[in-house]
Amino acid sequence: MQQVVQEIKNLSIGFTSKKGEQISILKNISTTINKGETVGIVGESGSGKSTLALAMMGYVKHGLFTISGECIYQSNDILKMKNRELENIRGRKIAMIPQNAGQSLTPNLKIGYQIDEALRLHTNFKKEDRDVKISELLNKVRLPSPETIAKRYPHELSGGQQQRVAVAMALAGNPDLLLLDEPTTGLDVTTQAHVLELLNFIAKDTGTSMVYVSHDLGAIAQVSDRVIVMYSGEIVLDGPVRTILKNPIHPYTYGLLKSIPKLTLSGLPNSMSGSQPQPGTIKEGCSFYDRCEFAEDKCKINSPELEFVSELNTSVRCFNHKKLHKKKDEDTKSSKKVLRKLNKNEILDISSVSISYAKQKFIEQLLNKIDDTNPTVKDINIKIDKGETLALVGESGSGKSTILKSIAGLIKAKDGIIKFDKNKILSNDLKKRDANYLRAIQLIFQNPDESLNPNHTVEEIVSQPLKLYFGLSGNELKQKIIEVLKKVRLGEFYLTRYPRQLSGGEKQRVAVARAFAAKPDIILCDEVTSALDVSVQAAVLNLLQELKVDFGTTYIFVSHDLAVVKAISDRVAVLYQGRLCEIGPSESVYKFPSHPYTEVLLGAVLEPDPDIKPKLVAEDIVEEKPPEKGCSFQGRCPRLLGQICKTDVPPWQIDENGNAIRCHIKINDLKNQQISN
Amino acid sequence: MTLVIKQEKPKSTFSKIVEIISTMASRPSGLIGLIILVFHVTLAITSPLYAPHDYKAIDPSLMLQAPSSEYWFGTDSLGRDVFTRTILGGRTALTVTFFGSLIALLWGGALGIFCGLVGGKIDDVVMRIIDAFLSIPWILAMLLIVSLLGTSTIVLIPALGFFYGKGIVRVARAATHDVIAKDFIVSARARGHGNFSIIWNEILPNVRDAIMVEGAMRWSWMLLGFSSLSFLGFGVSPPTPDWGLMISNARGLMSFAYWAVLAPIFGLSSLIIGINLTADAFAKALGIDRSTKAPV
Ligand SMILES: Nc1ncnc2c1ncn2[C@@H]1O[C@H](COP(=O)(O)OP(=O)(O)O)[C@@H](O)[C@H]1O
Ligand code: SF4
Ligand code: SF4
Ligand SMILES: [Mg+2]
Repeated sequence: MQQVVQEIKNLSIGFTSKKGEQISILKNISTTINKGETVGIVGESGSGKSTLALAMMGYVKHGLFTISGECIYQSNDILKMKNRELENIRGRKIAMIPQNAGQSLTPNLKIGYQIDEALRLHTNFKKEDRDVKISELLNKVRLPSPETIAKRYPHELSGGQQQRVAVAMALAGNPDLLLLDEPTTGLDVTTQAHVLELLNFIAKDTGTSMVYVSHDLGAIAQVSDRVIVMYSGEIVLDGPVRTILKNPIHPYTYGLLKSIPKLTLSGLPNSMSGSQPQPGTIKEGCSFYDRCEFAEDKCKINSPELEFVSELNTSVRCFNHKKLHKKKDEDTKSSKKVLRKLNKNEILDISSVSISYAKQKFIEQLLNKIDDTNPTVKDINIKIDKGETLALVGESGSGKSTILKSIAGLIKAKDGIIKFDKNKILSNDLKKRDANYLRAIQLIFQNPDESLNPNHTVEEIVSQPLKLYFGLSGNELKQKIIEVLKKVRLGEFYLTRYPRQLSGGEKQRVAVARAFAAKPDIILCDEVTSALDVSVQAAVLNLLQELKVDFGTTYIFVSHDLAVVKAISDRVAVLYQGRLCEIGPSESVYKFPSHPYTEVLLGAVLEPDPDIKPKLVAEDIVEEKPPEKGCSFQGRCPRLLGQICKTDVPPWQIDENGNAIRCHIKINDLKNQQISN
Repeated sequence: MTLVIKQEKPKSTFSKIVEIISTMASRPSGLIGLIILVFHVTLAITSPLYAPHDYKAIDPSLMLQAPSSEYWFGTDSLGRDVFTRTILGGRTALTVTFFGSLIALLWGGALGIFCGLVGGKIDDVVMRIIDAFLSIPWILAMLLIVSLLGTSTIVLIPALGFFYGKGIVRVARAATHDVIAKDFIVSARARGHGNFSIIWNEILPNVRDAIMVEGAMRWSWMLLGFSSLSFLGFGVSPPTPDWGLMISNARGLMSFAYWAVLAPIFGLSSLIIGINLTADAFAKALGIDRSTKAPV
């Protein structure tokens, strides 16, 4: 019999709506967390996963209340405990690591002091013992030279290092249970892989039970022993990680796994229709009914119960789960092939573009001169054909958005020329650009909450380009808006909605509609799916692909997610510290030989499969600014050739597939080295 | 957690106003504020129709009479009816400060949005100039202006409007700063919209609420300021009835003719409280939290 750390019995948490109705956001949750076990809780935003994790430490957010049920820790219900009693448990016995560790560290206190504070609060160690313990903790989370780290302030650490400090602080009280809420979301791929590896190590080393909350099945797959899938406030699936990810017997999980782009597949993943219902809108029947491809009439009126399937050791909430027992993983891998037809017709030519954020001195401003020998983005040369999708990949800060902004004219390039449609030079000053060129290049942003004016209706939002570029008005304008909305699969009744009344996916569709309303030639997409839920991401990607087929639009698609990029792009350019490392057709970029940086990025991709582990080849350090000379990747390169990398800018080499790599290692040597390990 | 109400209908401006007012009235403090404000405004508009006595009729034989059935609030040192003068005494103050607040709203809002939008050096310089101007004690500056240009409303309205616009500049500037970093502004710029269109279509709808709430708050402060001027003899010229002036004239007689001073004090303070409560409820109805900033 396994030792139980926490048992949740029939827990429901909810709030009272303005109309006085009681609305549940967690419905009858029952599960147990065993000693030494890591449980992944996965679900999209609004599924109640964070509420559940907070309840596990006896915390119910302001405005919410416990409707029924209990969270038993050491035979006490922590939801009924007084604050005084909770103080002895929170931080000591049950610790939490929040999503944004950097923000949860106090900015003006040194790291060592903050850990000491945690130790003082959560343990009974004396001062001398605590000093030893600080080093021990920093060592445990594998921060280099603990003594120096302890003397630093949070802002002097990288995101990954801050997250490690947060882990160290959480471990201070030697907890029985560690709750992690999206601990790696927002970190770069390589950093994320390192942090997950550390968490795995700590789980084994200390025997602490962990609850890992995330929307990212890739991360969940790497750390969890058991996975709980939540949908609309209910547990729909609960079982061992391999069963859940390889033979998902709930239609939601099944569809979700199919909709995730994977490196091992080519083409776009299938998309799931619709979005998760809002709390309180489901009165009867299965909450997944609207989106379920296995739904039957009985699902509409009857709510399925959580049922234990003993041969799979899994609990599932679905009447038809048997239909999915036989569907093995080949089936979950199907994806749509993308039609690619390219005509060699150059639409954009970016040549020798450098961009600097350096502050101009007054004199330089007068002379209209930007003097910066080591600019943020340097020497970018890319030609893009009509109808092509070019992806820019790289970690945050690699200059992807900066390049898009300079194409859009929002940032002045320091050097270089951008030509549109073969020979028309685009001025680097937005105000001097011809209206027709402004129309031709449209932007779509990462987060529709930021890119749509919250005080405008959908109609007003989509009307802006139509009024500005085509001078439409009255009925003609309205008809055109309806037509454009139809193209992004939004009905006429959306016209009067405000962004806050739309789901994430719908908002992004409105942003897409606004861009397409201008009849653009080129659309610049900046992380357009990063803020969306996985189940919605595939739908937006598919929409972009269909629109491209219909209109022959060219995309420049910026993303940090290599699997998404693989699914949608024709050509990929890899950036490190504002310098191009590799550019080529996407099939060949994802094959060896690769630039050592591309290799690191590809190795760090998290697949939603517990048997595919990320390869951690390079350190996850973050560099402040690009090196003055030599190769931009010299600071982190696992294949560093020698002194030459530090002194000379590497040359471009092109392999037989047309893949250009900028490295001092001979392309064949690179290929041999990479294939041999 | 945000709850999406799917079937929300688009609202006309009128129904939005109705909704805001009914939200304001749904709290006791908001309801009381609204009632007081509506009462004062109605009184100011209609009082000349039913004022029982002539406000300027001086009758030495009736000096400092205690309240009676004929003179409800008694009479003042010149034998004038205090009740008549009290119900008429808010008219000038309300008019001057209402239009003064509008002016403060306009210039403060415009300059604040401008500073927020351009940012950088220009923003710094403009804010510094305003700070310098307004670090002069306003009452001294007002006295200077009034003694140079006279006390007519044509002078008072813009002068008060100018001095009470500073807070609005700050609020408008801060609100604009928050909005300006958002991608929808970047998006509008990238499309090629001009500055005017960006201000009108993108910024204004997002900062309007904050500016209006600040304006409403300024109104009550300005009322206090205006009454202080009258009290010092620089606001309304006699014999026009005005609370500040009435308080000033009667304050020496407090010990034996309290009615002559209590009535205008009651009028003035109830109006200030009414405006404050209304402005607070207005802010809450618009979802703006002012709890951190208390009026002076
Ligand atoms: N407005 C700015 N002022 C100064 N530096 C900036 C600014 N915006 C971005 N940077 C810097 O430029 C680099 C590239 O940023 P960005 O283009 O946003 O990268 P990415 O989109 O790839 O994450 C980063 O080092 C970032 O800190
Ligand atoms: S119960 Fe019915 S609607 Fe719900 S997931 Fe199963 S098949 Fe689909
Ligand atoms: S040039 Fe040198 S440092 Fe740069 S990627 Fe190649 S081996 Fe690494
Ligand atoms: Mg970016």
